[in-house]
Amino acid sequence: MNAASQPAVVAENLVKRFGDFTAVDDVSFSIAAGEVMGFLGPNGAGKSTIMRIFCGLLRPDAGRALVAGIDLGRDPEAVRSRIGYMSQKFSLYADLTAAENLRFFADIYRVPPSEVAARMRRAIETAGLEEHAQALVSTLATGWKQRLALGCAILHRPEILFLDEPTAGVDPLARRRFWDLIHATAAEGVAVLVSTHYMDEAEYCNRIALIDRGRVVALGTPRELRRDPRIGAVLVVECVDLTGAMAALQGAPGVHDVAVFGQALHVTVVDEMRAPGRLAALLREQGLQCSRIEAAEPTLEDSFVQLVGRGPVQERPRP
Amino acid sequence: MSGEAEMVIRAQSLVKRFPGVTAVKDASFTVQRAELFGFVGPDGAGKTTMMRMLAAVMKPDEGEIRVEGVDAVARPEDIRRRLSYMPQRFGLYEDLTVDENVRFYADVFEVPRKLREERSARLLAASGMQDFRDRLAGQLSGGMKQKLGLACALIHAPNIVLLDEPTTGVDPVSRRDFWRILHGLRAQGVTIVISTAYLDEAERCTRLALLYRGEIRHCETPDALRRKLPGQMIVVACDAPQLAPAVRTLSGVPGVLGVRAVGDAARAMVDDQTLRIPEIERALIAAGLSHAKVERVPTMVEDVFLALLQGEAQQG
Amino acid sequence: MNANRVIAIARKEFLQVWRDPRSLAIALLMPLMQMFLLGYGVSLDLRNIPLCVFDQEGSRHSEALLQHFRASRYFEITQPVHTYAALRHAIDAGKCRLAIVVPYRFSQDLSVLGRSSVQAIADATDSNTATLAVGYAQAVLNAFTSDVEVRWAGPQRDTLRPQPLAVESRVWFNEELESRDFIIPGLVAMIMALVGALLTSLTLSREWERGTMELLISTPVTGTELMVGKLLPYFAIGLLDAAVCVLLAVFWFDVPFRGQPATLFVTTFLFLTVVLGIGYAISASIRSQVGASQVALMLTMLPTAMLSGFTFPIDQMPRIIQGITYVVYGRYYVSILKAIFLKGSGLGDLVLPIGCLLAYALVIAAIASRQFRKSVE
Repeated sequence: MNAASQPAVVAENLVKRFGDFTAVDDVSFSIAAGEVMGFLGPNGAGKSTIMRIFCGLLRPDAGRALVAGIDLGRDPEAVRSRIGYMSQKFSLYADLTAAENLRFFADIYRVPPSEVAARMRRAIETAGLEEHAQALVSTLATGWKQRLALGCAILHRPEILFLDEPTAGVDPLARRRFWDLIHATAAEGVAVLVSTHYMDEAEYCNRIALIDRGRVVALGTPRELRRDPRIGAVLVVECVDLTGAMAALQGAPGVHDVAVFGQALHVTVVDEMRAPGRLAALLREQGLQCSRIEAAEPTLEDSFVQLVGRGPVQERPRP
Repeated sequence: MSGEAEMVIRAQSLVKRFPGVTAVKDASFTVQRAELFGFVGPDGAGKTTMMRMLAAVMKPDEGEIRVEGVDAVARPEDIRRRLSYMPQRFGLYEDLTVDENVRFYADVFEVPRKLREERSARLLAASGMQDFRDRLAGQLSGGMKQKLGLACALIHAPNIVLLDEPTTGVDPVSRRDFWRILHGLRAQGVTIVISTAYLDEAERCTRLALLYRGEIRHCETPDALRRKLPGQMIVVACDAPQLAPAVRTLSGVPGVLGVRAVGDAARAMVDDQTLRIPEIERALIAAGLSHAKVERVPTMVEDVFLALLQGEAQQG
Repeated sequence: MNANRVIAIARKEFLQVWRDPRSLAIALLMPLMQMFLLGYGVSLDLRNIPLCVFDQEGSRHSEALLQHFRASRYFEITQPVHTYAALRHAIDAGKCRLAIVVPYRFSQDLSVLGRSSVQAIADATDSNTATLAVGYAQAVLNAFTSDVEVRWAGPQRDTLRPQPLAVESRVWFNEELESRDFIIPGLVAMIMALVGALLTSLTLSREWERGTMELLISTPVTGTELMVGKLLPYFAIGLLDAAVCVLLAVFWFDVPFRGQPATLFVTTFLFLTVVLGIGYAISASIRSQVGASQVALMLTMLPTAMLSGFTFPIDQMPRIIQGITYVVYGRYYVSILKAIFLKGSGLGDLVLPIGCLLAYALVIAAIASRQFRKSVE
């Protein structure tokens, strides 16, 4: 177990270029043992590149990348035995049984033979697969597959665990169970790094690094991100004439965005419009009656959209 | 809202079986004109099967579907004229340009020449694609592909649009654009049926059908659904190391009906916020978690979904 | 049927073929390649058959006979032998395929009896070659005999004229028995069958695999519109390919063309209908591209290559197989092509095979349209 003071994963001014293109542009962060850190960002933001650097698959061009104190720029091979990796779609062999998969990964990671049986048993228990240990993986439901894949990824007791969009599209019950498992794993001292572009996965992380175009745009707990001062406030507005209200508000100074949510509008306001009563006044001027104007908490998606922004880079043509 | 709501789609007792699994079991629902109706559920719940039956590209084994009064099973061709379908997998031609794709579907739907140019320009501009008309569809980003798909679906100005998980895998910015377009359509009286695995998108629909393992478990407006929660939600914000103890403490407080941990907080369902919050605060302090803060929060669709499923799991 | 929709589908299909390097290669390069490779490579004729000669007489006349053999392009005299043992050895060792033995009383028999015989010993391990070789030898002998006849008839008018033994044969239409002349028209048929079916067999399967078909069937497009629209570009390509192959045949390979271009066009059009229809039917039945192309190869190239009369004459086949060839559509087109090229037949002469092709086309069209269903399942 690491000394509590030494972070498990450290990035210091990391840079990685591919030709002219800078995939990782001066990225710094640290992850403590026992922490679950999420990398949230659009596709192409650089999340996979960062993951690959920390898996020892790419060398940084500048800056330092440290895993369990090992400098990846100098000795990438040394980390292999200390990291685990799980990706939603591709971790398991569908035509082997659950137990066979575990056995396979135990062998691959060279788990000491004396420990194999005990660890396999534990993995099966935590995944709840006691009755299905001899079933072919292809017959298992998604939730079980995920927990099994996680079990395979930590058989060798890695200090750092990388997860690649582990719960996309999965039913909420199975997802909750999975994340409980992750939190329990973290509680044993494992540092967990999650890469995703799904908000509901990011919510399960202790801290989130919002990444866009190779840079860390924001870093903090989900709440801190939601309350980032750069983000506008969100007001829920209920009006009889929704369409009229929307037309009146859209494009008005201080109104960043208006979106329909069922029978109400979510209005994102900035600058002068943040002042209480300003929005109501604007609507009254237009002759619009609104039954409710209330502050609401911005969502992680609001942060994402406003901090990451839009632009031609997202429409980069695929080669 | 003008006039009485008109029932645009009516489905009764739909059943669809595949070898080894019943994808849809006895589903019944209605969709009114200009509604934004959402099928919400995880992968494998039956969303795509449902959408395919509505689009008349798959026949149900049992049950009836009527679209604008027309029996979809008996007269599928009649259905196909009235609606647009956007399948989950990108359905356009990657080796044709944006313009060529739009033009193709304009031809297929017999859009008159005069209207075609104006509509095409308008639809593409609304998606920010006017500068990409000559780009091959295969070279567009995921978000743009979906917007192109939508443009092709709307080129013949249908009354009804069926969208199967149109925003899966799309970046949040494009997702918002997409929803903005959908709301614009609604304002013009177009009826939209959408399926999604994102529970937060569920909040944007006018009415929801929660699909789980082929069954429609609940079918109401998001507000009504939220009210079905057998309690109210509170959040206890704390640092990561305190999460597990906080969850334990909360579980021990009477009146706390369920707890789950997210990244930086514990979300709990209580029977009465006003009553329980002080009790919870006391319990946390007693457990040495004085830094934890307790707040009321609005109910999210995910909370409801979880509570309801959990309840059913316990009953069943 | 809506013409605009059909044209839209045809336009889309054409653009897709145009932009896909693989399809283009099949459509344009493959026919060219096949024509050249097989046009040159396939020849059922033999040349330069190794021949060894055992001249027992060694006279002026036997020498004259051997000279004929020497001059023939069919044979190449490898070595003279002087004993039967040596001859046997030469054949066993593979040094010659055929041996000619001129008997020691050759000239004497010819002048006294008016006839003689020459022994031809063939290596029949390859019976086809052996038969041909003996046949060629007979032809050479006939030439010699008529030569002898002319010469001998001179001064002694009353003597018995030497009777050549053998077969009177006359060959019509393909005097030089150039096998190429009757193979190449058949080759055109085979190329059309292959290219046509291969291209179209992928057309529907590809859309299913890519997911574009699911969207298309949710629109008002009818199965007929889809079929016609999709096949139009392939018709154009097929006719283009046929034109190129025919031009190559006539101007490059010097195959005579004695018929009317119009007849060729009509019959080719009909044949294309069958071939493209088969490809389409395959594509409608098999939703994977790999599977579809395999079946296409099996149902088009193999029967056309083996059983259409392209390489092996049908009337040489066993009765049962002959019966089967009536179902091989290539058979009709091959016979039509040969007739047009070599006999100059017109539409009136070809009523029967055209009728069969027409019937075939109608049946295939019916099958193809029924196979395609507007359903995801």
